[in-house]
Amino acid sequence: MTGGVWILAEQLAGRLQRVSFELLTRGIKLARQRACPLGAIVFGQGVAANDLQALIDCGADRVVVFDAGPLEHFQVEPYAACMLEVIERYQPEILIAGATTLGRTLMPYVAIKANAGLTADCTGLDIEPQTNNLLQTRPAIGGNIMATIKTPNHRPQMATVRPHSTPPAPRQAGRTGEIIKLDMAFERLTSRVQREAFEANPDKINLADADVIVAVGRGIKKAQNLPLIYELAEALGAAVGASRDVVDRGWLSYPHQIGLSGQTVSPQLYIAIGVSGTIQHIAGMQTAKTIVAINRDPEANIFKLADMGIVGDLFEVVPALIEKIKT
Amino acid sequence: MEKRIIVCIKQTPDTRSVKMDEATGTVIREGVPAIVNPLDLYAIEAALNLRESYGGEITAVSMGPAKAIEALREAISMGIDNGVLLCDGAFAGSDTWATSYALAGAIKHLGGVDIILCGERATDGDTGQVGPGIAAWLDLPVATYVSTIETIEKKTCRLRRCVETGYETLTAKLPVVVTVVKEVSNPRLPTLRGKQRARQVDIPILTADDLKLDKSKLGLQGSPTRVVKIVKPKITRKTTLLTVKNEATLDQATGALAAFITETCK
Repeated sequence: MTGGVWILAEQLAGRLQRVSFELLTRGIKLARQRACPLGAIVFGQGVAANDLQALIDCGADRVVVFDAGPLEHFQVEPYAACMLEVIERYQPEILIAGATTLGRTLMPYVAIKANAGLTADCTGLDIEPQTNNLLQTRPAIGGNIMATIKTPNHRPQMATVRPHSTPPAPRQAGRTGEIIKLDMAFERLTSRVQREAFEANPDKINLADADVIVAVGRGIKKAQNLPLIYELAEALGAAVGASRDVVDRGWLSYPHQIGLSGQTVSPQLYIAIGVSGTIQHIAGMQTAKTIVAINRDPEANIFKLADMGIVGDLFEVVPALIEKIKT
Repeated sequence: MEKRIIVCIKQTPDTRSVKMDEATGTVIREGVPAIVNPLDLYAIEAALNLRESYGGEITAVSMGPAKAIEALREAISMGIDNGVLLCDGAFAGSDTWATSYALAGAIKHLGGVDIILCGERATDGDTGQVGPGIAAWLDLPVATYVSTIETIEKKTCRLRRCVETGYETLTAKLPVVVTVVKEVSNPRLPTLRGKQRARQVDIPILTADDLKLDKSKLGLQGSPTRVVKIVKPKITRKTTLLTVKNEATLDQATGALAAFITETCK
């Protein structure tokens, strides 16, 4: 089998990440439109067999696995060698990955080597009926425009897809598919970049993975007031994000920052507290499914984006809200 | 242990003042101030810090229309030593594939580099693909989302990389392409002396022929991707706004919001 639609499934410590299943949702739709099979690619070490089967249960027809020590953690050179092997062997028509720190590093590197077109951070993927080309839609210029891009003559058509921009594919009963283990020559798995250590974020912040984000802005006034935000976040099982102001003042660390010079997020629910909503902040969160804002200023820009907002003092509103949510 | 550093920068429209032509759905660039891509300032500052620690020379490279020379002058006014502008009709319409080919050609032309620094992405295109693309064209290692450049040795460097779940500590062989995030530095403002120097410094302008580039890999025709449509996203949200004035409205508003949040989280 050559051609077809392929996704890059991402793993961490041998377990597949949620974005892999979101990509399956995209892939299932595209493969159906193109009437072609759907493949999934896994790079890692000791990836759980159940997880590989889960890719098939959730929509993949074929899973190609490279399992080797040097692939345990992402490094661009060995991962690119394996990806280029898949491209050469299976000649994908379409190849998509998550717009994660991994995908946004690996894909542009591979696209050059494979002489392929690549579109970054897409929020919409479709097939153009007349030509069967992939139509890739993405926000640009800080979300001021949506651009649709295609790759008419180069294959594979490559794209990274914004995490959380689609739900993960559910399991379907009775699905079958093949799992193929491929080997890579050891010398092609060497990397000039080595990972020496890893330090996990202290309060398990993973904004990219969070369904609900409570974001705090300058309205919180000082770091000593942050426990209020954390209490709300905890009640909702949410991650805590921050505007640039809050990070620049040292109240929260950089991994919390959302916006142009921080992270771009797309959660189900975004709760902005004391966030004015600068253009730079909005660029990082406007694709959230539902947006809620609490701010003292009725003219705050954030309200223009919000589905629901409360104009009021956050030090009154948030405690009352926590109480109501807890009961 | 002096280091040769190249910083790749882009001149972008100030996205804070971008306006849309509602009728045609295109971006109005006229009258919009052009600035150095804000995320490139962190790369410029990181380069300056490295020069202060280790000595060496920094060259800023940019590709763009003739007026992009202003971006290079701004970098020089912050303290960058030299600038090089890639400017040629053959470059016009290049996507990230073709842009990284041209920039890689310029880096090869300059020669003998230890570290190539790039901002995480440009705030107009928002792709972040050019940094890793340059590494691929030059067949160099690349570290992205770098938040700290800890040390540089003779042949290696030690970096911290900010990923979704935490920070990786990496060692990389030189030469290396490094793309940086905001946390890496706190960009300085241009100085008066820097501005004076920036006005006087000769900035070479290089064409595709100067760099001996294959023109079939440049510009619109050399770019694998095509923009087929641009639209302004419609704001479809309808905002329900509740105002707190007293105890009763506080109770009402928070009750309604709690119900809305609980419903959304289901």
